[in-house]
Amino acid sequence: MSESTRTIEELTESDYEFGFSTDLDTDIAPPGLDESIVRLISSKKDEPEWLLEWRLKAYEAWRAMEEPDWAKLEIAPIDYEAISYWAAPKQKPVLDSMDDVDPDIRDMFDKLGIPLHEQKMLSNVAVDAIVDSVSVTTTFKKTLLEAGVIFCSFSEAVRDYPELVREHLGSVVPVRDNFFAALNSAVFSDGSFCYIPKGVRCPMELSTYFRINSMNTGQFERTLIVAEDDSHVSYLEGCTAPQRDENQLHAAVVELVAKDRAEIKYSTVQNWYPGDENGVGGIYNFVTKRGRAHTDAKISWTQVETGSAITWKYPSVILQGDRSIGEFYSVALSCKRQQADTGTKMIHIGKDTTSTIISKGISAAHGQNTYRGLVKVLRSAENARNYTQCDSLLLGKDCGAHTIPYIEVKNPGAQIEHEASTSTVGEDQLYYCRQRGMTEEDAMSMIVNGFCREVFNELPMEFAVEAQRLLSVSLEGSVG
Amino acid sequence: MLHVNNLTAAIGGKQILNGLDLDVGAGEVHAIMGPNGSGKSTFAHALAGRDGYEVTGTVTLDGVDLLDMEPEARAAAGVFLGFQYPVEIPGVNNMYFLRTAVNSVRRARGETEVGARDFLKVAKEAMDLVEMKQDFLDRAVNAGFSGGEKKRNEILQMALMQPRLAILDETDSGLDIDALRVIAGGVNALRGPERSMIVITHYQRLLDYIKPDFVHVLVDGRIVESGDHTLALHLEDHGYASFVNHDLDDAPERPLTGVQS
Repeated sequence: MSESTRTIEELTESDYEFGFSTDLDTDIAPPGLDESIVRLISSKKDEPEWLLEWRLKAYEAWRAMEEPDWAKLEIAPIDYEAISYWAAPKQKPVLDSMDDVDPDIRDMFDKLGIPLHEQKMLSNVAVDAIVDSVSVTTTFKKTLLEAGVIFCSFSEAVRDYPELVREHLGSVVPVRDNFFAALNSAVFSDGSFCYIPKGVRCPMELSTYFRINSMNTGQFERTLIVAEDDSHVSYLEGCTAPQRDENQLHAAVVELVAKDRAEIKYSTVQNWYPGDENGVGGIYNFVTKRGRAHTDAKISWTQVETGSAITWKYPSVILQGDRSIGEFYSVALSCKRQQADTGTKMIHIGKDTTSTIISKGISAAHGQNTYRGLVKVLRSAENARNYTQCDSLLLGKDCGAHTIPYIEVKNPGAQIEHEASTSTVGEDQLYYCRQRGMTEEDAMSMIVNGFCREVFNELPMEFAVEAQRLLSVSLEGSVG
Repeated sequence: MLHVNNLTAAIGGKQILNGLDLDVGAGEVHAIMGPNGSGKSTFAHALAGRDGYEVTGTVTLDGVDLLDMEPEARAAAGVFLGFQYPVEIPGVNNMYFLRTAVNSVRRARGETEVGARDFLKVAKEAMDLVEMKQDFLDRAVNAGFSGGEKKRNEILQMALMQPRLAILDETDSGLDIDALRVIAGGVNALRGPERSMIVITHYQRLLDYIKPDFVHVLVDGRIVESGDHTLALHLEDHGYASFVNHDLDDAPERPLTGVQS
């Protein structure tokens, strides 16, 4: 084995820096799922009758469904009866100010580098902090309300804006959409809600920070973003979890509604605990993300997936309105024994709709990375256009990269382009950089970041810096 | 400056350098010529520290032993290799690459790093030297560069790294006459009393532009003849045949460079 291959393996067996857990006083339901648990969750949250009915309908649907097995993932069976479906940090029911946030929770977020104190925040980002699926605080709420923007936890939205929630919940991802979405619909505990009124450009980036803390719990959060006509919002999502030996289930649903001429930009940096190099522990991440773009609207997904033992995730856009635009930019890194099966679906319905897919998969150590994407052009979609580019980078000999594109075209006027490439970080590239004085770690980091450049360019500035850093950490074990 | 003593190199069990000796004094330019497969590029990579070679012998630069050092440490010690085939690094901005290279070496030497603005100024001057346009800095490293652009980028890097020892491996290959002139102009401008150069080439043509102080003929991994630039002219007329065929073991003992640094 050459020296550079050996180093790649050393580099990719790095430690997870967010692996600590916080001892929070937590309200937790007994493991297992039946109708009474669904009712318990709903009553814990004082939900209206319609929402309970909606959950029960989802639960019934889920019971009749089977886990999907088409993904290229090897997963130990998940025992849904061993999972607890409700865990929430105990704290005062209503928060009047940031000072009411449990100091332990505040410390936890400080440790994660997410300041919850507004006066401490350097960048212009409003944060909704979610621990074990329950929103613990939302910053900059007042500033946003002045602009007419609603940004709050999902529970608050159900309480304060029930009509808005009722109108849009499940409108993009119906309860029976898939196994994990149905499960989420039945048991979701909280999440973020965001509403941008007509013509408003959201004055700051909105951000949700997800943290799994409790043991043996599933995390099921729900995000709903509604952008009215001519509005604009940029939304960021970050996630971490403690280092534990057992696998934890995370099944989230995100729904985006972009009305006429609205634009939603949704960026994710996913860094759930990936498990160790032998594949012990790590988060099972089964996520359904989908947006509906109306006339002249634009929905753009950008994701950087470095964490989780299993990633099953296909952020999609239904291009319903004429001239609507869908974009998907993705970096997925599979190290250690991580497996990622991720991609997108672009469903062209309206005329002159355009979609762009840029996917960068990086596989290292024993990681397996699959791009799975669907481009579907319905008969109604005159002049639909799609451009897809899937690039895979292999670091080492024991990893794998797979590209599985599905293309279904019902309208002969469609223009579909697909490009794919697979490459390795060449020893000649490393040598070239080292001859110019760079250490092997710096060279590797530079080359991998260069490979991801087109995707990182789509991220908001602070997030791009974070993503680069995360990639370097995941690959190298330490930051210089 | 550089002392190479009884250097051997093998790759995958195949012996390529067979006891190479060379002394290069400060400020000197030495040309290494030889037929295909004689070990010219291997010599360059053995000096730069490429992985995969089994190397014996000694190589010292300014009294420091290079052979045990990693490639990046050799770079910090002042070794620069202009690649025969410069490597493409997609997505990495050339300007960023150049500055990272310069600062990596400065950091290794305990010097302060150069900020983006100061670096840009220096880079612009260096680019004039090789007649490169500004947009070169914004492109990805060597990606989609023409052959001539890649080679000019190497000389640009050399100008920015300011090495003690520059090894130029077939810098003239694949160049038209205009590009050759530009590159030779850049190299000549970088000659100086504190900088030594080893110019590896197949053809005498390059040496019309970069006049070497010494010319060596490398055959079967060993230097078999040394002289001044007239040796290159001799090779141009007569080829390598007379060197290739003679029995190396019977070659007369003679000083190989004729100089002591």
